[in-house]
Amino acid sequence: MKNPVMTASGTFGYGVEFSDFVDLEEIGGIIVKGTTLHPREGNDYPRMVETASGMLNCVGLQNKGVDYFCEHIYPEIKDIRTNMIVNVSGSSPEDYAECAAKVNELEGIPAIELNISCPNVKQGGMAFGVTTEGAAMVVKSVRKVYDKTLIVKLSPNVTSIADIALAVQDAGADAVSLINTLMGMVIDIEKRKPVLSIATGGMSGPAVKPVAVRCVWQVAKAVNIPIVGLGGIMNAHDAIEFFLAGASAIEIGTANFIDPTVTVKVAKGINEWLDAHGCHSVNEIVGQLNA
Amino acid sequence: MRVKAVEYPHEWYVLLKLTDEEPLPECVPGQFVEVKVEGSPRTFLRRPISINYVDREKNELWLLIKKVGEGTHKLAELKVGETLNLVFPLGNGFSLVQKQGERVLLVGGGVGVAPLLDYGKYLKEKGAEPVFLLGARSKNDLLEQELFKEIAPVYVTTEDGSEGEKGFVTQHTILSREKFDRISVCGPKPMMVSVARYAKATNTPCEVSLENMMACGLGACLCCVEKTVKGNVCVCKEGPVFDINELTWDV
Repeated sequence: MKNPVMTASGTFGYGVEFSDFVDLEEIGGIIVKGTTLHPREGNDYPRMVETASGMLNCVGLQNKGVDYFCEHIYPEIKDIRTNMIVNVSGSSPEDYAECAAKVNELEGIPAIELNISCPNVKQGGMAFGVTTEGAAMVVKSVRKVYDKTLIVKLSPNVTSIADIALAVQDAGADAVSLINTLMGMVIDIEKRKPVLSIATGGMSGPAVKPVAVRCVWQVAKAVNIPIVGLGGIMNAHDAIEFFLAGASAIEIGTANFIDPTVTVKVAKGINEWLDAHGCHSVNEIVGQLNA
Repeated sequence: MRVKAVEYPHEWYVLLKLTDEEPLPECVPGQFVEVKVEGSPRTFLRRPISINYVDREKNELWLLIKKVGEGTHKLAELKVGETLNLVFPLGNGFSLVQKQGERVLLVGGGVGVAPLLDYGKYLKEKGAEPVFLLGARSKNDLLEQELFKEIAPVYVTTEDGSEGEKGFVTQHTILSREKFDRISVCGPKPMMVSVARYAKATNTPCEVSLENMMACGLGACLCCVEKTVKGNVCVCKEGPVFDINELTWDV
């Protein structure tokens, strides 16, 4: 990787949406919008509500399906010279595997991020990511058909994220990314109704960062595969917290909405911090908390 | 961009005139900006604001903003000389001129009149014949009337009858007296729906400008979707202006 900064799925489209603002090849990796075996229309509007220091969304994995992706979107992005990673979601282990197998055929897509943690779909999604058995089952079925780098994205909406991470590692994951959004809810008090169309949504933004850092720290103590940290990262300072907690790369999500150039700024800021602290690479600070 | 002038045309509104050392990029009338609100910790996301007017000679971009929540109230506190961080121009604007002399009815309500000023000016410059039909609650709520009148004829309805004809825009007698080649609308959704009904009934092409809640403004987050005949599409990227035949409104 050129640098440890990637974009979080669902916040950066397919990358090309941001090409007017930033040189995509200066980003360490781009994790594109969640892709499913079959097309999905997603949930009804309203899908988003702002909160103090963050937002909730319930987009619901709107996408045109993996076949459309392979035929129409992949040709547009395959020559972007950075790690183009596809986020794969599904409603059954078979769906996940079939979708992953199709992405496996695509040259220049070095990895997938398996989303077993989306809080906004009724079937599948987070349902698999909240039990060790469910998580392991999906990862195993994908591992059989997918031979490139398999990153599994974990949900914070669990009692012990470390247990889930361990189960995923044992099932064959090459890395884990965490956290997906925290399930939340906002109520319109005049209408006495939830603001979002499906009542609940996934919370993101700086408000969730301490939860994410805690999760990374706990998972780092439990597993020996690399960790990609995300959740509310707005600047290089935030990113360094994740490295110290045990992440060896990070993803930037909601911050892209506030500043479409934030990724390259964070990458630069990380280097400046490393230089100022006499470090040559991020690896020197991963998990290096003083006891 | 730098704040060059701040005006308060009404107790609920602020008009910001912005400028920059760099020449403004090409903007199509009906496009919008995403404004970062500084100094308001609870305003996390940028605020999408339609472009009210572009003055090329003075290199000015105008934003007419209604003070609705904390973010827009904060924007109303900006002072001359302060700077504002904008991402623009975003989205697809109103239709370009299709034929010389075409008569285009521009219907606006509330703060929805904002993009029509720039669009009306454009239509006039390109040889079309814009006509404004503007609705408000009361005489005092009508915005930028003098500026609209400089461009084209202005017809007005007010709910209390204090100016123009009493009632809603769709009740104005101009609609039964005159014919238009097409209609563009921006305002509250019930108003746009009733204008769309009128357009359907009279077989007049009609486009509307939507303002669904947005996060990114770039078509990446898929939050601001509108149901269309092609499925859910982003208002920020595919819109904000849509032909009414693309929408699934009950008209």
